[in-house]
Amino acid sequence: MNMIFNYIREIFRAISSLWAGMRITGKYFVSPGQIVTQKYPENRATLKMQERFKGEIIMPHDENNQHRCTGCGICEMNCPNGSIEILTNRVPNADGKTERIIDKHIYHLSMCTFCGLCVKTCPSDALAFGQEFEHAVFDRKKLTKVLNQPGSSLKKEAKQ
Amino acid sequence: MSEEIIKNIIVRENEDYIINMGPQHPSTHGVLRLEVCLQGETVKYIIPHIGYIHRGIEKMCEAITYQQIIHLTDRMDYLSAHMNNEAVCLCVENALQVEVPERVKYIRTILDELNRLASHQLWWSAFGMDLGALTTFFYGLRDREMILDIFEESFGSRLLHSFNAPGGLMHDVHPNFQKGIKDFITYFRKKLPEYDQLLTGNVIFQQRAKGIGIMSREKAIAYGVTGPSGRGSGFSCDLRKYAPYSAYDKVQFNEILYTEGDTLARYKVRMDEMWESMNIIEQLVDNIPEGDYTAKMKPIIKLPAGEYFQRVETARGELAVYIVSDGNKTPYRMKFRSPNFSNLFVMNELAAGGKIADLIAISGSLDLVIPDIDR
Ligand code: SF4
Ligand code: SF4
Repeated sequence: MNMIFNYIREIFRAISSLWAGMRITGKYFVSPGQIVTQKYPENRATLKMQERFKGEIIMPHDENNQHRCTGCGICEMNCPNGSIEILTNRVPNADGKTERIIDKHIYHLSMCTFCGLCVKTCPSDALAFGQEFEHAVFDRKKLTKVLNQPGSSLKKEAKQ
Repeated sequence: MSEEIIKNIIVRENEDYIINMGPQHPSTHGVLRLEVCLQGETVKYIIPHIGYIHRGIEKMCEAITYQQIIHLTDRMDYLSAHMNNEAVCLCVENALQVEVPERVKYIRTILDELNRLASHQLWWSAFGMDLGALTTFFYGLRDREMILDIFEESFGSRLLHSFNAPGGLMHDVHPNFQKGIKDFITYFRKKLPEYDQLLTGNVIFQQRAKGIGIMSREKAIAYGVTGPSGRGSGFSCDLRKYAPYSAYDKVQFNEILYTEGDTLARYKVRMDEMWESMNIIEQLVDNIPEGDYTAKMKPIIKLPAGEYFQRVETARGELAVYIVSDGNKTPYRMKFRSPNFSNLFVMNELAAGGKIADLIAISGSLDLVIPDIDR
């Protein structure tokens, strides 16, 4: 008798446990409250990433096409993956001495692990993280970028 | 105990019926290959084969500086990225005898616990899914998203933070940091009981977890099973209690212990740890002292010649970092004792003699992260 009673009790407990779970899913089915998913490709125009989002390394240029990179090579030295290559030129400056300026700041996005060391260690704050995250391309070579824009020059007050 | 383990060394026989689970089986949570010997539906023995994503992180560390090592440790146990970072930072700081600011200690502890919460949420989601309850995956990830948003706001990345640096943090946390955490705790205190209603009480789940894969306390100690998996067997091994680091000596919390040692006990430890994590965060989040986000460090860190050791409690157990330095700016040898490695090899003991369906439940309850095993 006791066995049958226990058996029936187990069945009821099982059903009530299933019901407890179904009630939650049912509740969210009829009243989702807040929508947590995003319609991603459709909302591209309004999609805003967080301001510190690490999408890629960029070199901000101002309206005169000037950046702050002196070509010192500290970021290249600090990058653990060799994602940065600095090519410099030597040009004579106004005092007649030769001066080192940046020729190409080459950034291999495909090798970058977004550790942030280059941005942190740059003494002139020339680098920053960009918000772009759609990096899919058909050719791997397109992931190698030159960060200083053509014809850009060093912002004078940034020079130490 | 050790004699018993030696006696248990597996001998393959010719007529054994062997199937491979993995390396790409969805239930193994990564590229792990389990060589499973079956007799009908009963598991005779399991031999784990590891190394499919061995990247040689320990060897790579010998060529790069201490600041650069941090970003590699993210990629071991990616769900405990912050704790892994912290282990290396603490080790370097201890070696240099640097006193980090109080603010850093508080923030690190909060982030540890947030990371643990996110990790346990993902584990809960995936564990339910392993056992056939797909719904849990959506609920767990919905709540985990809020933590990841807090991470993204402060560090710019969701999974692989690289937010610690020897001496402190990479940069200061976002001004919204405290508010975001408090909102999350209020929200999650309401949602966590739902987890219990959805899965814990469920009769199918109970039947599949109760009494399955029983690990005795002796076995847990013999195999070095730490973290929630060990604590489910009554092995009291919480380093936050026994070797407090950062701000863990300033907070009150309970070490969760269950003595049953079965899959359900390991499950319950993690569920209760989520409550404890929220308690710890609540004690700290309002009291974060003002101050610098990093101690003053030289740009090139050289550890004095010698050996250094540091342990932290990650979401899966005890992570130990061992550095041998010869005085250069790179370590001479770097060794990680990863929790998942030890937790994996107890699996044969737990699953042998059981059914193959139980093997999935057991591997889920051990909460393995394969990149941490292979390193
Ligand atoms: S980006 Fe900064 S660190 Fe790199 S070369 Fe330019 S100035 Fe130097
Ligand atoms: S973020 Fe790290 S990996 Fe990427 S370029 Fe900078 S230093 Fe190199």
